[in-house]
Amino acid sequence: MTVYLLRRLLQALLVMLAMSLIVFVGVYAIGDPVEILISPDADQMERERAIKALGLDLPLWQQYLTFLFRAVQGDLGRSFVFNEPALQLILQKMPATLELAVGATFMAVLIGLPLGLYAGLKPDSAGSKAIMAGSILGFSLPTFWVGLMLIMVFAVQLGWLPSTGRGETAQFLGLRWSFLTRDGIAHLIMPAVNLSLFKISLVVRLTRSGVRETMLMDYVKFARAKGLSPRRVTYVHVFKNILIPVVTVVGLELGSTIAFSVVTESIFAWPGMGKLIIDSINVLDRPVIVAYLMIIVMMFIVINLAVDLLYSTLDPRVRLEGKS
Amino acid sequence: MSDITADTVPVVALVVKDETPFRRFVSEFFASKIATSGLIVFTIIAVLAILAPWITPQNPYDLAQLDIMDGRLEPGSVGGSGMTHWLGTDDQGRDMLSGIIYGLRISLTVGIGSAFIASLVGASLGLLAAYGGGRTDSLIMRLVDLQLSFPTILAALMILAFLGKGVGNVVIALVIVEWAYYARTVRGSALVERRREYIEAAQCLALPTRRILFRHLLPNCLPPLIVVGTIQVARAIALEATLSFLGLGVPITEPSLGLLIANGYEYMLSGKYWISFYPGIALLVTIVSINLMGDHLRDVLNPRLKK
Repeated sequence: MTVYLLRRLLQALLVMLAMSLIVFVGVYAIGDPVEILISPDADQMERERAIKALGLDLPLWQQYLTFLFRAVQGDLGRSFVFNEPALQLILQKMPATLELAVGATFMAVLIGLPLGLYAGLKPDSAGSKAIMAGSILGFSLPTFWVGLMLIMVFAVQLGWLPSTGRGETAQFLGLRWSFLTRDGIAHLIMPAVNLSLFKISLVVRLTRSGVRETMLMDYVKFARAKGLSPRRVTYVHVFKNILIPVVTVVGLELGSTIAFSVVTESIFAWPGMGKLIIDSINVLDRPVIVAYLMIIVMMFIVINLAVDLLYSTLDPRVRLEGKS
Repeated sequence: MSDITADTVPVVALVVKDETPFRRFVSEFFASKIATSGLIVFTIIAVLAILAPWITPQNPYDLAQLDIMDGRLEPGSVGGSGMTHWLGTDDQGRDMLSGIIYGLRISLTVGIGSAFIASLVGASLGLLAAYGGGRTDSLIMRLVDLQLSFPTILAALMILAFLGKGVGNVVIALVIVEWAYYARTVRGSALVERRREYIEAAQCLALPTRRILFRHLLPNCLPPLIVVGTIQVARAIALEATLSFLGLGVPITEPSLGLLIANGYEYMLSGKYWISFYPGIALLVTIVSINLMGDHLRDVLNPRLKK
């Protein structure tokens, strides 16, 4: 176990290093920050001073080493635009993104589970067919377009929900959250629904196939034969057993939900990490791009590691030492 | 089968004629109404896109044909030149119907083109991994794992942040994020096929490796590749639209459906819905028709579901 853990950690470190190199070379070798950051009216002296201040006069490998050395100490450079540490800038925006992603996940489970359960228990009813058709639509609908349509219907035509920003926030654990105020929740609903559409479809399909498989199991037949009410069989015996795969997949999907929030945040002007990265790409604010990518890469490595470890705990058949 | 009788056609020919895998596949595909309608809708869309210059009422790229006075007309209204704009016009006075058909052209080209290149790259690497085994295999599969552990949108975003906008760059980004799906699929089926006698026979004939890979192994790995390919085309089209919507995809001079939708975004808040709405419908119909085909192809080509 310890050996496996150490090997995985070493692997993760190598991936981080490789990604940092790819990201750095990708961002710094293409385009010229000097042209964007320094006013075209600046004279030669000013230009050179600015280039020196930004460290852009050094050879690329030296810039990378400096970057790496600082990154290890938690310094991922200063934003060219905001003149603030990039890491701090992103961490400030993180709660908003996390709130949105968790909200969306929550909604996916809340809506997807009952629908999937129904579709699994009555696979031939008209309602189930409608649900399954809806889930194909959920996979096919482009997220960003649905977001626009939501705004059109609920914000423009009906005027029920606000379409931009986080609304009023309240302080909790030293951070500002939207879900604690009425206004904040009103702002959260549409982006969360938008982001959760794909996940709802996923949960519906997983639950449905899980239910259909579980219903054929011997222990369900036994529970029925024992004379338990259908209610109890469904909610205790079937439901509990399909929960494991659903929860695992939903947890696994959290990372991609955070990644996909880039789109939702852009549409609803939700001030999270995703909006920040799009804005930064558009003005070539390199330290922020690099910092964002490094944080995301780290997040994914941690999530993947956690899932691997969790699997082996949940399912003893998965042997960690595995392939070797 | 009924009109072919034993005395007119030799028995062997009868078997060959009726039971080729391809024929069986075609008849099974068309047995499903949903899949057939998906194919029909997709064919119509593709024909529209190919014929765009000849069937659209207006060339949306020809500035001489545009009149800014016709800007943001409602669907069905008649413009200054006496033309009826059935789906309205955008802020430049461009006929939306023409814009959508031209946009479809770009979306389909990028989607199908990138899926095709990605399948070539992915299938070659997948075959190589399965056939080469050992280090080659583990190196390629590590790369695949790495690629698949990151969400496609994030990887594409990163690549476009490096490369900048442009149709070519979008295709490159899509190929880079998609090849892994093909590689994994082909490797899976090639690992099984590799142990078959016909490969052994080919090896005994001392055929060159390349010939064995592409003439013997690949054709037998095609069915799952076709399924993945179909679904990936839909995903590529959706991803391209998303990237273009975010302003990182195609340039403004070659608007795909995603960019058309993005153009209508700011007018949406003032109730001018059609600039974003109709291109979205076109995008949705395209993606759904491909997904319906892909969903059914998976069932047809999956031997485990055969009765």
